[in-house]
Amino acid sequence: MDTKPDINIDRSIGDFHYDVDYEFDAGTGLTEKTIDYICDVKQDPDWIRDFRKEALRKFNSMPMPTHWASPDLENIVFDNIRYYLSQGTQPKRSWDDVPEDVKRTFERLGIPEQERKFLAGVEAQFDSEAAYSNIKAAVGEQGVIFVGSTEGLQKHPEIFKKWFGKVIPTGDNKFSALNSAVFSGGSFIYIPPGVKVKHPLQAYFRINAENFGQFERTLIIADEGSEVMYMEGCTAPKFETSTLHSAVVELVALKGAKIQYITVQNWSSNVFNLVTKRGLAHEEAEIKWIDCNIGSRLTMKYPGVIMKGRKARGEVISIALAGDGQHQDTGAKMVHAADETTSNIVSKSISIGNGRATYRGLVQVGRHLKGCKNNTECDALLINTESRTDTYPAITVRGKENACQHEASVSKISAEQIFYMQQRGISEGAAMSLAVNGFVNDLVQQFPMEYSVELKRLIDLEMEGSVG
Amino acid sequence: MSLKIENLTANIGDREILKGLSLEIPKGQVHAIMGKNGSGKSTLAKILAGHPDYEVKGGTATMDGLDLFAMEEPDERSRAGLFVAFQYPMEIPGVTIANFIRAALQARLPEGEELDAVEYYEHLYRQMDALKIDRKFTSRAVNEGFSGGEKKRCEVLQMAMLNPVYAVLDETDSGLDIDALKIVSDGVNAMRSTERGFLVITHYQRLLDYIVPDVVHVMVDGRIVLSGDKTLAHKLEAEGYDWVEKQQPALA
Ligand SMILES: Nc1ncnc2c1ncn2[C@@H]1O[C@H](COP(=O)(O)OP(=O)(O)OP(=O)(O)O)[C@@H](O)[C@H]1O
Ligand SMILES: [Mg+2]
Repeated sequence: MDTKPDINIDRSIGDFHYDVDYEFDAGTGLTEKTIDYICDVKQDPDWIRDFRKEALRKFNSMPMPTHWASPDLENIVFDNIRYYLSQGTQPKRSWDDVPEDVKRTFERLGIPEQERKFLAGVEAQFDSEAAYSNIKAAVGEQGVIFVGSTEGLQKHPEIFKKWFGKVIPTGDNKFSALNSAVFSGGSFIYIPPGVKVKHPLQAYFRINAENFGQFERTLIIADEGSEVMYMEGCTAPKFETSTLHSAVVELVALKGAKIQYITVQNWSSNVFNLVTKRGLAHEEAEIKWIDCNIGSRLTMKYPGVIMKGRKARGEVISIALAGDGQHQDTGAKMVHAADETTSNIVSKSISIGNGRATYRGLVQVGRHLKGCKNNTECDALLINTESRTDTYPAITVRGKENACQHEASVSKISAEQIFYMQQRGISEGAAMSLAVNGFVNDLVQQFPMEYSVELKRLIDLEMEGSVG
Repeated sequence: MSLKIENLTANIGDREILKGLSLEIPKGQVHAIMGKNGSGKSTLAKILAGHPDYEVKGGTATMDGLDLFAMEEPDERSRAGLFVAFQYPMEIPGVTIANFIRAALQARLPEGEELDAVEYYEHLYRQMDALKIDRKFTSRAVNEGFSGGEKKRCEVLQMAMLNPVYAVLDETDSGLDIDALKIVSDGVNAMRSTERGFLVITHYQRLLDYIVPDVVHVMVDGRIVLSGDKTLAHKLEAEGYDWVEKQQPALA
């Protein structure tokens, strides 16, 4: 009996695409004209048009960060990318109204089904715009806003403008500047004071077109004492040419609010995934990033929390899996800017074959502060000898009354260990899955059930796929 | 019905280690192999299991008529009924014993069928109790930080759980204390049956007082050069291997 599933079929559930007629197409390349086109289609207010153009100037003036990051970044040809593709800017509230060619993609990915089962709201983005966006009536009645960024900007300008671009400045890095210039899609969420959203809000980001760049922009504001869990999933089909995904996500947790932001991404191996994510935690607020990076050609992502108010808490839990030919360059950024703030970073990376995982951590505690604590734990699992892993922790703690703790470990699964497991009847792919799942198990348990099951399945598929 | 090895030659790199080895273990019997360090005993065990570093150059190995070498992946051979208790069991960080054995049993079920968790744990605990392995071990990573003797006991536990048709035990007695040797031997003896064959590799006659073999073989330089009953082990214990080698001038 052969227990290996048919890996050719199930290698990556997202590896398919349909031909779609786009009503709006900004063409390839990026100039001021591209921006004017996007603004016109989206009917952006003038301040956004100016914001975008200023961002484009910053983007053009900033060098590629190859002095510290991967030289592979040089292989992105910005002139060959399409920056805006959509079938219209107004998302549908019912799946019945979503155009057939788009709907079948999301049905194939199981989104409407998940929505029925366990979600409080769903937004489904197809290339540049949300095709579908809806929340359960009961959640909407509590005053919760969950719409695409375009709609958020148009219908809720007072909240949008107050926080947009405030957590991550345009010029934070070259890719946040790029996103600020051409952003489209992403979620806008506002949770009123004291409202605790029981079920997760889910966004799904789908790239369908070749030579395309997806630049969603998400802004979540949790007002005082509120709670929300947001999850995003991402996939793209495997094309010959590379695809760019460059998002900016800003979170604001006001006094005593709690935000949990969960990402499970399974990009195909030609996607450059260069994302900036940061949260601002006010007094006694809590922001937790749970980030699973599977797939992509190069991922660069360092979710951060700025703990601005006393007793604020930041947490980053990350799992990165670098298969053959992939580079996961991930980490966390914790900025302690008030007394008694605490942060926790747990990073687990797995490198397989030629896969490469890099951890970059930054922890800053100001000199004048008291009672701040950081805990950083950084574990790497190397499956077979070609894999490499690098750790670059940078911890700046000033002042004596603060405590930082940093632990790192590297474990290896060699061919000899795989052989041992195979001798017990476990296939090579299953043996690798077993090792990887064992390694990340304590983190996966922090996921809502449906997601831990999904993550385990993704790991199994990835391991089966990496067997030569 | 037997585990049958004929004229097996095998290399690691350019070096020939097995040089025409023949051996047959009929189902229901226990055979022992003794031989000097480096004579190729563990190599034989690993080649049967399908270790990727070794290259079979010639000869055959069949398990009840089934061609072992036609099964490329080690896991296929395992599921076909072959078990090897290794001389140096590997540590598998992050994978608990309970999950490991469970995955191994699950791999034996037809697609779509799930192992019953309650029954599984009952079964596991029964076997652990018999081998006097503390139940706390279920949540420890396989072999990680185990003492030498604990590793060997864990190998026997896996064998008991997987219920193989042919089992090769490579120096499973090394590292066991006197009580553990007795416990492990009892475990093996409990599994002796007309439906199973054992190949026991050891350096010590003492083990063979507990697990009494039907046949004892002597391995010299990649070949079985002498076979006899259990008294052969006593003679080797008393006199060493020199006389065997002298009897084999062709090998000198
Ligand atoms: N991976 C390897 N690379 C090089 N030589 C090897 C390798 N594996 C085994 N050998 C050599 O093959 C020969 C047989 O080794 P093997 O482990 O089979 O001996 P053994 O009979 O089990 O010895 P012991 O009684 O010490 O366990 C030894 O000379 C050993 O050094
Ligand atoms: Mg040996």
